[in-house]
Amino acid sequence: MSNTSKKQRWWNNAQYRSLFFQVLLVAMVAGFFWFIGSNTLHNLEKRGIATGFGFLSQKSGFGILQSLIPFSEADSFGRVFLVGLVNTLLVSVLGVIFATIIGFTMGVARLSNNWLIAKIATVYVETFRNIPLLLQIFFWYFAVLRTLPGPKQSWAAGEIAFLNIRGLYLPQPIFGDGFGYVTLAFVLAIIVTFIINRWANKRQQDTGQQFNIWGVAFGLIIIVPALVFFAVGAPLTWDMPALRGFNFQGGMTIIPELTALLTALSIYTATFIAEAVRSGILAVNSGQTEAASALGLHRSKVLKLVVIPQALRVIIPQLTSQYLNLVKNSSLATAIGYPDLVAVFAGTTLNQTGQAIEIIAMTMGVYLFISLTISAFMNWYNNKTMMVER
Amino acid sequence: MTVHITTPTPDQPAPASSVGVVGWLRKNLFSSIPNAIFTIIGILLIYKLVPPALNWAFITADWTGTTREACTSDGACWVFVGVRINQFLFGFYPASEYWRVVASFSLVGVLVAWLLIEQTPKKGLVAAFTVFCYPIIAYFLFYGGAFGLPVVETHKWGGLMLTLILATIGMFCALPIGIILALGRRSSMPIAKSISVIFIEFWRGVPLITVLFMSSVMLPIFMPETWHFDKLLRALIGIVFFQSAYMAEVVRGGLQAIPRGQYEAAEALGLSYWKTMTFIILPQALKLVIPGIVNTFIALFKDTTLVLIIGLFDLLAVVQAAFADPEWLGYSVEGYVFVASVYWVSCFSMSRYSQHLEKKLHTGHAR
Repeated sequence: MSNTSKKQRWWNNAQYRSLFFQVLLVAMVAGFFWFIGSNTLHNLEKRGIATGFGFLSQKSGFGILQSLIPFSEADSFGRVFLVGLVNTLLVSVLGVIFATIIGFTMGVARLSNNWLIAKIATVYVETFRNIPLLLQIFFWYFAVLRTLPGPKQSWAAGEIAFLNIRGLYLPQPIFGDGFGYVTLAFVLAIIVTFIINRWANKRQQDTGQQFNIWGVAFGLIIIVPALVFFAVGAPLTWDMPALRGFNFQGGMTIIPELTALLTALSIYTATFIAEAVRSGILAVNSGQTEAASALGLHRSKVLKLVVIPQALRVIIPQLTSQYLNLVKNSSLATAIGYPDLVAVFAGTTLNQTGQAIEIIAMTMGVYLFISLTISAFMNWYNNKTMMVER
Repeated sequence: MTVHITTPTPDQPAPASSVGVVGWLRKNLFSSIPNAIFTIIGILLIYKLVPPALNWAFITADWTGTTREACTSDGACWVFVGVRINQFLFGFYPASEYWRVVASFSLVGVLVAWLLIEQTPKKGLVAAFTVFCYPIIAYFLFYGGAFGLPVVETHKWGGLMLTLILATIGMFCALPIGIILALGRRSSMPIAKSISVIFIEFWRGVPLITVLFMSSVMLPIFMPETWHFDKLLRALIGIVFFQSAYMAEVVRGGLQAIPRGQYEAAEALGLSYWKTMTFIILPQALKLVIPGIVNTFIALFKDTTLVLIIGLFDLLAVVQAAFADPEWLGYSVEGYVFVASVYWVSCFSMSRYSQHLEKKLHTGHAR
């Protein structure tokens, strides 16, 4: 054997190797982006597409079915982006609220000691989570809401709410002068409640004396704003929807696209939330419950102080990822024409301007921003509530 | 006089209210007043929903016939589904070539069954055949262009067949990429690690629709003009990237669950990184994450419906298009119920299978 075989050859040195691999990797990635970049420049030049974000200030020239901020055809594509973003946020926030309510109810119901209720909840979860969301959206939109009667044969709840093929018509509150004081009183009441709660917790820690926060909170949050409301002269009127000619006028309209999307999103996501809740509750060791009962805690205290805090540790991460999925899934709106970000911006605006790269990048950027923000929050929460092991 | 009892008194039977049907009812349905109220509401709910639904779907439904006139009763008109079943299954694939699709799916069905059933011999050989030979066979069967099989353009593919093709190819290609990404994310090389993290977080952070939009709109801009991608291939590229990011996270979970001792033992034996991974770590890690992989497959299977937005005719899109037929207006509920039951049966059985695996594989490695 020669001498060299005993000495480590340089290409067998782990450090050199890893350096070599990484340089190769960087070169490959850079090469890939260079390839894409040069092709893109060439193709854009050939097709005569100008790059840049100048198109955002151009006049859009199309109307949007639903917008929470004022919008007309004369507004710019930048405004279209905003309208779409607000619509996406609207359906996401409402979806999160409904999905959480249904999901927690069903998750707890699956663990109910009532056999029938547990079975109904199981059937619900197993049915709706195994059917594609898009199919559910289509079902609610085309098979349910599109078959509702026309305006003249609307289903009416008294003279207040009307449901027909064009949407759900509800009375719209009109806030008069002085309603700002009511809002102010409400916000102040919440802040004061928080302060009292902290004081009560601290006193309980120090002296063991308990303080019934619920009565005070009710008084502050409900009664005080109500008193202010009547003190400033009840500045609230309702604009009632009414049938005039062939359609309803006045009031507030919830378009069927929103209803269908919201129903499907809530029902679908709630099944996953129900599973998260169930696994969270099951993850709490039964010894914990028994130990708490042995200490003489009341059943409600056992739940509040022992089971729920530990279950939440399992539930919250799964819950956040379901919320994220819901936000991302809200982009399916485009399939039924609900004017969300993808539909009005990555759809209509892209078709009208042809600025594919900028538009797709902006759309993806929005979702990425939401995702990364929520996961950053989740990491923070996880670190905060992580079990401190001794 | 004292009475001596020499034989013990026999046990009293349990009270009639706590055994048998009555006991079961009392324990499980009427244990308290709120519970009783819930039970009654539940029974009412079932009574209101289930009999009418069964009545609609089975008892008063019309099953046979070829035209709309066959649907005379109030119930479901399954004739609509029956008349168009070929289109729902094969899209616009020429009827004379259906056998190719059937043959291809039967072959993969046999292969997968061979691999999943425990008692079958020569698993390695069959696995190698499935991975290396089957894709080529399937390509020629589906697309044709060789061995005297006429070419069937991809725009004629559709229905359930397209759904299955998208899901299986997406899965098949995403798994290796996902494994590489997961290894990259756990690598000690900082650049490899950050590239993997950026790739994974990017695709996981955006909705599949925007990915499909991106691949269908931007791929032609990104690639040289002479390269031609058809619609199906573009959708597949998007799906594979998207899916590989999710797969990477599943595999990473498995890698993290392997105890440190395994890595150290492999190192002590003098195995190189790739040998450690291929022979020691990945076989254990992948076994652990099979349920997770099945779950991502279920998610992908449901997500393939989104391709209808970029104009491909998967199962849902074909059925949705059939509603527009003036001959058959007004049968959308039947169509949706049909598609839903296809998806439900597939997804539910796969998720049951994954739960079964989870129990079987839970051999003590998992921490």
